Amino acid sequence: MTVATADAVVCRGITKVYGSGPDAVPALRGIDLDVKSGELMMLVGPSGCGKTTLISVIAGILDQDEGTCHVFGEDVKQLGARAKTAFRGRTVGFVFQAYNLLPALNAAENVAVPLLIQGVKRKEAVDRAREVLERVDLGHRWRSLPSQLSGGQQQRVAIGRALVHDPKLIVCDEPTSALDQETGHKVMEILRAVAVGPGRSLVIVTHDARVFEFADRIAKMNDGRVERVVTSAKELR
Amino acid sequence: MNFVALKMLIGDRAKYIGILIGLTFASLLITQQASIFWGLMTRTYGQISDMGQPDIWVMDPKVQFIDDVKPLQSTELYRVRGVEGVEWVAPLYKGLLKARLSNGSFQTVICLGLDDSTLIGGPPEMVEGELEDLRRAEGVIVDVVAAQGKLAKPAATEGGKPTPLKVGDTLEINDHRAVVVGLCRVSRTFQSQPVVFTTFSRATTFAPRERKLLSFVLVGAKPGVDQAELSARIRAATGLAAWTADEFKVMTMKYFLKYTGIPVNFGIAVLLGFLIGTVIAGQTFYNFTLENIRQFGALKAMGTGNGTLLRMILLQSLLAGSIGYGIGVGLASAFGLLTRNTELAFRMPWWVLTASAGAVLFICMLSALLSIRKVVKLEPAIVFKS
Ligand SMILES: Nc1ncnc2c1ncn2[C@@H]1O[C@H](COP(=O)(O)OP(=O)(O)OP(=O)(O)O)[C@@H](O)[C@H]1O
Ligand SMILES: [Mg+2]
Repeated sequence: MTVATADAVVCRGITKVYGSGPDAVPALRGIDLDVKSGELMMLVGPSGCGKTTLISVIAGILDQDEGTCHVFGEDVKQLGARAKTAFRGRTVGFVFQAYNLLPALNAAENVAVPLLIQGVKRKEAVDRAREVLERVDLGHRWRSLPSQLSGGQQQRVAIGRALVHDPKLIVCDEPTSALDQETGHKVMEILRAVAVGPGRSLVIVTHDARVFEFADRIAKMNDGRVERVVTSAKELR
Repeated sequence: MNFVALKMLIGDRAKYIGILIGLTFASLLITQQASIFWGLMTRTYGQISDMGQPDIWVMDPKVQFIDDVKPLQSTELYRVRGVEGVEWVAPLYKGLLKARLSNGSFQTVICLGLDDSTLIGGPPEMVEGELEDLRRAEGVIVDVVAAQGKLAKPAATEGGKPTPLKVGDTLEINDHRAVVVGLCRVSRTFQSQPVVFTTFSRATTFAPRERKLLSFVLVGAKPGVDQAELSARIRAATGLAAWTADEFKVMTMKYFLKYTGIPVNFGIAVLLGFLIGTVIAGQTFYNFTLENIRQFGALKAMGTGNGTLLRMILLQSLLAGSIGYGIGVGLASAFGLLTRNTELAFRMPWWVLTASAGAVLFICMLSALLSIRKVVKLEPAIVFKS
């Protein structure tokens, strides 16, 4: 287990309502949650309980209605649009359920995207991306297009992309749900091995009980609230 | 990120080709139709262009264009000569006369009668014989296209080839004998009638008996004399209309623009090319953006600012635009080259190229704008929606 130290993410009283009037859907109803630096936190809970909404707020791609969310000391909602975009580029790595790789770019170029966004020269970015691909066991496939890779391989490329710029926070929404059990397990192993480290936190949304074992802590959500936070999947039963 | 933008565009083969086809089609249609249009427009004043020498054309004030002949008293020639700043004057007869072919059929020809002593206003290019040969008795110079076509001798046998009119052949113009002493090349005119050159005095014998036979007075300005001022002086002194060659060309063109439907039809074709091109290219480009919206969303989530996304989309549309424009203009030029020796009017001046480049640029900007609006408004949170 990694030693978790200072708080990386501090959420207090977060609410979020989609829509308004009779169509209003309260997705978050007052969330208090801390994620420590160096820890892997999983968000679990039934469909529609607000996991994706919460992780979007934490990642700075969605503004909450009320409450505050500090990410490494930064009150993200209060940042201007430009600063928020830059903050995400620097601080957050993303892994999506649908991989969201650019189909026209090869594996190394895809991994290089966060560096390119920060203005790193293409050659240097691709070189660094190839090193990262080695770490997710895809060094030999750096030229392959996403369409030439299996789902598990694509997700490993996506993990490489989330890591390449060495962000302090990595958020993943259902990273294994498009994969079969074995592949999902392998992807989680790699994620755990290469992504978790001192000074970096992971927040992973999942409903896949088979990967709970990789979590340092698990936040169980229900109907827009965090019901409890446990350190082992056994406690959830 | 420019490289990412280009790869995104080119990587989506089918869409990319669709966008290119739209832009190519637009620039081809705009360039080609505008060139034909301009070809026709320059034809309207082809005879003015052909006569390089006169600086100023003097005519009846009611004349609206080159083919609108309203004869003057022959004494006007001397009144114009008297105006200060005039170096020389030459009479020009222009009229439609009936030529009788050897088989007895008639063909209307444009007869141009040139000043007997100077032969000012002769054809720009001789194919056979010399302009001076007009001084020979009954001499006429015939335009070579007509000599091989409308004025050719019909075949003796059914289905045989007509024999072109040659130097030495005779024909009858208004019942007067004329001998072909030369062949020339002239600019195609709007009506495409055969052109026959002769001297002014001979033209007046061909022409039906009329009191007035002087169609235009051609004027050369003294060196250093301002042409606009000179034409103003001629107007004041004679009460006639006096236009510089360029003014007369514009006048003629405007007349055709205003009173014939043909230019309008080409204008519509140009507009259609523009609209269809805009719709196809704009639509496919917008679709391309829509289909990549998740990718743009992911880029946005990962920290790509709106400014960078805007630049990427502009780059994509400009790249597609320049390639489409290049192919389209290339095809239009090839078309022009292939139809060079036909009846088709086709002129591609720089401004047609500039205008179609502008149109393509506009199409690109418009489609980029639609896409940019979409991407700027895009919530990065969509990336987590499956
Ligand atoms: N853009 C939106 N507009 C309106 N309602 C939304 C929107 N996004 C989410 N919701 C609603 O908010 C609630 C929480 O959605 P959210 O996506 O956070 O759930 P989730 O826990 O991620 O569910 P799942 O496990 O199915 O992905 C749901 O009731 C959902 O229908
Ligand atoms: Mg979800």
